[in-house]
Amino acid sequence: MAQVYVSSILSSSVEKVWAVIRDFNGLPNWTDFVAESRIEQDRPADQIGCVRAFRLKDGGFIRERLLALSDYDYSFSYSILESPMGVENYIATVKLLPITDGNRSFMEWTAEFDCAPERENELVTHIGENVFLGGINNLKDRLNT
Amino acid sequence: MITVQRSTVIDAPINEVWELLRDFNGHDSWHPAVASSVLDNEKRTDQIGAIRNFQLTSGERLREQLLSMSDKEHSFRYAIVESEIPLKNYVAEVSLKPITDGNATYWSWLSKFETPRGQEEELADLVAEGVYENGFEAIRSRVKNGTSGLSIALSDQDPLDGVAVTIDRYGGPEELYLAPVVIEAPAAGEVRIRQTAIGVNFIDVYCRSGYFDLLEPPGVPGMEAVGVIESVGVGVRYLSPGQRVGYACPPVGAYASIRTMKADLVFPLPDHLDDETAAAGLLKGMSAEFLLHRVHALKRGEIVLVYAPAGGMGRILCQWASHLGATVIGATSSEEKARIARAAGAHHVILPGSVSLEEQVRDLTKGHGADVIYDAVGKDSFSHSVAALANCGHLISFGQASGDIGSFDIGSLASRSATVSRPNFGHFTDTPEKVRAITDRLFSVLEKRIVSIEIGQTFPLSKASEAHRQLESRLTTGSSILIPDELVKGRK
Repeated sequence: MAQVYVSSILSSSVEKVWAVIRDFNGLPNWTDFVAESRIEQDRPADQIGCVRAFRLKDGGFIRERLLALSDYDYSFSYSILESPMGVENYIATVKLLPITDGNRSFMEWTAEFDCAPERENELVTHIGENVFLGGINNLKDRLNT
Repeated sequence: MITVQRSTVIDAPINEVWELLRDFNGHDSWHPAVASSVLDNEKRTDQIGAIRNFQLTSGERLREQLLSMSDKEHSFRYAIVESEIPLKNYVAEVSLKPITDGNATYWSWLSKFETPRGQEEELADLVAEGVYENGFEAIRSRVKNGTSGLSIALSDQDPLDGVAVTIDRYGGPEELYLAPVVIEAPAAGEVRIRQTAIGVNFIDVYCRSGYFDLLEPPGVPGMEAVGVIESVGVGVRYLSPGQRVGYACPPVGAYASIRTMKADLVFPLPDHLDDETAAAGLLKGMSAEFLLHRVHALKRGEIVLVYAPAGGMGRILCQWASHLGATVIGATSSEEKARIARAAGAHHVILPGSVSLEEQVRDLTKGHGADVIYDAVGKDSFSHSVAALANCGHLISFGQASGDIGSFDIGSLASRSATVSRPNFGHFTDTPEKVRAITDRLFSVLEKRIVSIEIGQTFPLSKASEAHRQLESRLTTGSSILIPDELVKGRK
């Protein structure tokens, strides 16, 4: 089981960050690598079990299922149903924690998955740096404008 | 119910912050509100249920109990069990998270409690500011000044007196003598162990005589021991004081009442394994594991010849090899040792007689010979071993109790298409991952009693020379161990 763990500090309050990332259909609003997203079967984006299907700007097509969403914990989890990455049993969680000192936020983005052993390093690096850290940096830009 | 949470970012790696916070009884060393902290008897600072008695700088006293702690999650919870400040049903959680984007630490301090009516705000402020925020600042300035873990760990840990069996030059058993030693506090990444039982192995004889250069006189021999961790150095995360541990590897120095060791080389012992059995069996058992599973992956039906099958190592090989389905032949020197070998699972035992060893092996195997030979005798046995091999057989030479094998003609192996291996313990046990894989399998066969360790001889540490004398004169059966003298006396 490969694991990815990325975390960072955002200078906005937890409520403000959560308002942006809580929308499971909202990746195009705050990442620069997702071109378009829709929720399958016209379900609400905060219905547990709903599936988001989105296309990356580089053309990749991904489907992910919402497994858990908690406004109380500021966190959500999702699994990958379909992707070009070659991962299996992929489950990721995004979680915010308040930093009372300065009214800032701590954000962590983690994932666990199986893959071919020889691809593990490459995938962990790609997901950690390009997707998670890249996404967090996009989010910071979005919140600061 | 009042909830108070304060959280901050500390500009230091999570391990450094956790090292300071996880010492439940050490908060008086950094928190400005705590004048002193004393643990109730009989519990360790990181033992769940431990109660610390705080005397605050403001004068009040309170008692707090550790409810949970996780090195994995970098968090702990505690409750106030008695307090001169009216905080009721107070449960708090301290938790850290790594900030990978910057190598810093997120720290949250959260509590829920009740207060007498009218004091809610006053007490919530006291907790939030007086305790949590002031605590943040104290840790922040400590890590900034570079006086974190290191100085605390060292100032808490004084050098300790002990004894060690020492040699000043290479030679016979008479060179071993007991000397007082002072063992410094563990350095970063080290643990200091109070040893309870020490294993005696033939490799110790080689170290003493100078045959192996693992020991440079003056020095202390010994490759395996068991004990209790007395203190840990900075950066040691998975071991803590009070834990029962063992090791079986260089550097030498196990013949001592106390010593330091790299934490990576030390592993916790399972409950089913007592100290003396572990000291008697770790090195031999770990050797048997890689001899039977790695140097040669022994298969059901193979014919195995084991020399010295009544000795500590030989008994383990016989038990384990017969469990794996091999036909085991023991080669020994007396009827008494033959009985021990049979009891350990040897299907056949051969004794010196009018017929050579190789002929006896061929007679027993209808001319086939031995598929695998475990030979630690060396000089006296090597040519017989080659002759006793089956075609495509595997001779594993893992010692030379009778002396150096010397040079031999590799062409002689062609008569059997033989393979010869000369494994070195160090190469199979030089990373924590390898050690864990080997000990996992060993602990499992010990727990299932597939392999049992027989302690044949127990000596006080001060009688190490006698232990060597008996081992070298083949007077021993099973394993020999040394017990620090003060523990021997303590038993009576």
